[in-house]
Amino acid sequence: MTTDAGNRTTNILLSGVGGQGVILASYLLTQIAIKEGYDVKQSEVHGMSQRGGSVISHLRFGPQVHSPLISPGEADMLISLEALEALRYLPQLKAEGTLVYNKISINPSTVAAGLATYPGDVQERIQEAHSRSFGIDARALAEEAGNVRSENVVLLGAASPSLPFTSDAWYEVIREVVPPHTVDVNIKAFDLGRARTANKTQEEAK
Amino acid sequence: MKQILSGNEAIARGAYEAGVRLACAYPGTPSTEILESVAGYPEIYSEWTPNEKVAMEVGLGSSLAGARTLVCMKHVGVNVAADPLFTASYTGVEGGLVLVSADDPDLHSSQNEQDNRNYARFVKIPLIEPADSQEAKDLLKLAFEISERFDTPVLFRSTTRISHSKGLVQLHERPELEPLRKPEKKTSKYTMLPAFARQKHPKVEERIRELSAYGSGVDANRIEEGDARIGIISSGISYQYAREAFPEASFLKLALSYPLPVELVRKFRSQVEKLYVVEELDPFLEQELVWMGVQVDGGKDLLSLCGELDPGTIARALTEAGVPDADPTFLESGTAPGAADLPMRPPTLCPGCSHRGIFTTLRRLGVYVCGDIGCYTLGALPPLEAMHSCVCMGAGVGMAHGMSKVTGDTGRIRDKAVSVIGDSTFFHSGVTGLMNIVWNKGSAVTIILDNRTTAMTGGQNNPGTGRTLDEQEAPEVDIPALAEALGIKHVRELDPYDLDAVESVLKEELSNPDPSVIIAKGPCVLEYKIEEEPYMVDLSICDGCGRCLRVGCVALGLKQEGDKKWVEIDESLCTGCSVCAQMCRPEAIVAPGKMEEVKS
Repeated sequence: MTTDAGNRTTNILLSGVGGQGVILASYLLTQIAIKEGYDVKQSEVHGMSQRGGSVISHLRFGPQVHSPLISPGEADMLISLEALEALRYLPQLKAEGTLVYNKISINPSTVAAGLATYPGDVQERIQEAHSRSFGIDARALAEEAGNVRSENVVLLGAASPSLPFTSDAWYEVIREVVPPHTVDVNIKAFDLGRARTANKTQEEAK
Repeated sequence: MKQILSGNEAIARGAYEAGVRLACAYPGTPSTEILESVAGYPEIYSEWTPNEKVAMEVGLGSSLAGARTLVCMKHVGVNVAADPLFTASYTGVEGGLVLVSADDPDLHSSQNEQDNRNYARFVKIPLIEPADSQEAKDLLKLAFEISERFDTPVLFRSTTRISHSKGLVQLHERPELEPLRKPEKKTSKYTMLPAFARQKHPKVEERIRELSAYGSGVDANRIEEGDARIGIISSGISYQYAREAFPEASFLKLALSYPLPVELVRKFRSQVEKLYVVEELDPFLEQELVWMGVQVDGGKDLLSLCGELDPGTIARALTEAGVPDADPTFLESGTAPGAADLPMRPPTLCPGCSHRGIFTTLRRLGVYVCGDIGCYTLGALPPLEAMHSCVCMGAGVGMAHGMSKVTGDTGRIRDKAVSVIGDSTFFHSGVTGLMNIVWNKGSAVTIILDNRTTAMTGGQNNPGTGRTLDEQEAPEVDIPALAEALGIKHVRELDPYDLDAVESVLKEELSNPDPSVIIAKGPCVLEYKIEEEPYMVDLSICDGCGRCLRVGCVALGLKQEGDKKWVEIDESLCTGCSVCAQMCRPEAIVAPGKMEEVKS
């Protein structure tokens, strides 16, 4: 994806559960793409779906972007903050696209109510369906960084080797966007995520 | 200077740059953030109003006093505001008056997906459709110029993908404004007695003709010359999708899309071999073109009347109809089938939500619940399933009355109809329904879920919160006193977290033949960030019966290993509201602090 990113539109889809930080992760990505001089469009949905529902954000950058939406099957990258939400949106990814996802699971309300079961084989189904996938325990890494709520930034770190932005550019954007007292935690979270995938195949990343 | 702005933020910025003096709205997705952003510009007076009709009327008054005025609402809000809007078309304006309608194709957070472009034709006012954030800002300024030049309100139509998409926007400054002069009394212009209104109608028709001519010359409507074999007419977000699907085609990109710029359309038609219309929802442009006698080669015969479009869908649909030169990547990708067997993740009431106890009890009582619009509409979903209708703001109050009038009173609780309505929705349009119950000697029970905010749209103030849009202190409308003043004899207040109290009050009021109002007062946990110590499960007692799960809380989860079943509470989610513990018969769900005793 990095080789010709300057000349075409790059499509990144982010998915997760309402309240997990999908919107902030999208915002960081938006800001870094702007800094690098790209035209950017980002689209999300507010309102009812945010109440613990499945949340999705579209981010596109390139020389000139028209549509804020990524058409089905057109995502170059899918970043998922929860495993089931990775599997759910996997069909949106190009065959040669990259999946970076959080291996943790959060029960949907239907499962919490005992009306459905959380599939036990989510990881296997992801690996089977898509070869370029990096599963990370972002919660553990976020805790290691010092705040469990930095899972979203861990995943951006894990996605970063596949994106055309330097670590320094990421640090700068993190410093500008997150609250001052959480800068160190978030930079550590980013580095821990990045170390998981940099120069590694998906097998090694586990 | 360029900034990344959502469409809604860009509209607010446009209002600032256009010299708007007053902006008002009732919150509604996807329009809410417009006024929240406007509130960040102290140069503009802004307020939430109790409903959209009031917003439109406040806006009209401000316009009559000479001020540029912005009124915002979601698509269904325009239905509420339609009464003043239709006649404002006749009166015209003094200061520019722009109504933003944020439509919601695909019903991301709405009860229908009506296409409000139709209002422009119905009300006979100009329609402007921005296609991105930059246009949202720039065209809003044009909308004010048009409003003043043609003496008309302007309908400015956004959609979810405009309002909630971010893009780069070049900013400009706000002009210096002269102080307003004392409003001049123009009785025949603004008093729509039949004799005066009759004279206005021909002027409205003439205005539409003039606007059509103006639209052919305005820069915002433009021909983008490309492959002459394929001409596409489009507007708003659909234009962006179509541009990407057919990068080589010729385009007529409309921004002032009603009335259609006749001359410009004919010119474009003469330049292209085939003409296609790409638009979401209704064939609005297509019908106008057909009525003009313009040959259209494809429109709604190729694209759905329902839901959103996207570039891939447009590329495939038109290619199938023989249109050449679609971007090939969209034709290769197709749509991969999703994993159908995955459990859905619908939105749900938050852990600790004050509505949970009411719905848990209503379900047990088996009554018919006429619901309303808000977070509490989620009470209709499993496992609560304690709401059986939801139509529009305030509808439940009238519907429960109508039901009770025809079903008669059997005296049995489960044959009763009740309505459930939130505080903000009650202020919006529940009050008149309640007045009707009293007047016409009804017996319906009205339950007002007073969580001290407009929760679903993100926690906006309302007449009951004692605060205004800019968080200034304000008088607080007293709901019990209001109900009593309307003539309700049985006004009950209760703590919705106390299930025994909820059940006994509901049973009493459902058994009495007079109308009653029950006010369940519990602040929104999200808005007021209420968090107590989490509850815990005593695994030596829990047998996994699942009774607690009926409250529908995502902090709870059923676990199973072999034959053993038990419930776990996610400490990071539990707010300690205690509703699940009250449901647990063997008392396995233990209050904070009590667990230590259990462990020792």
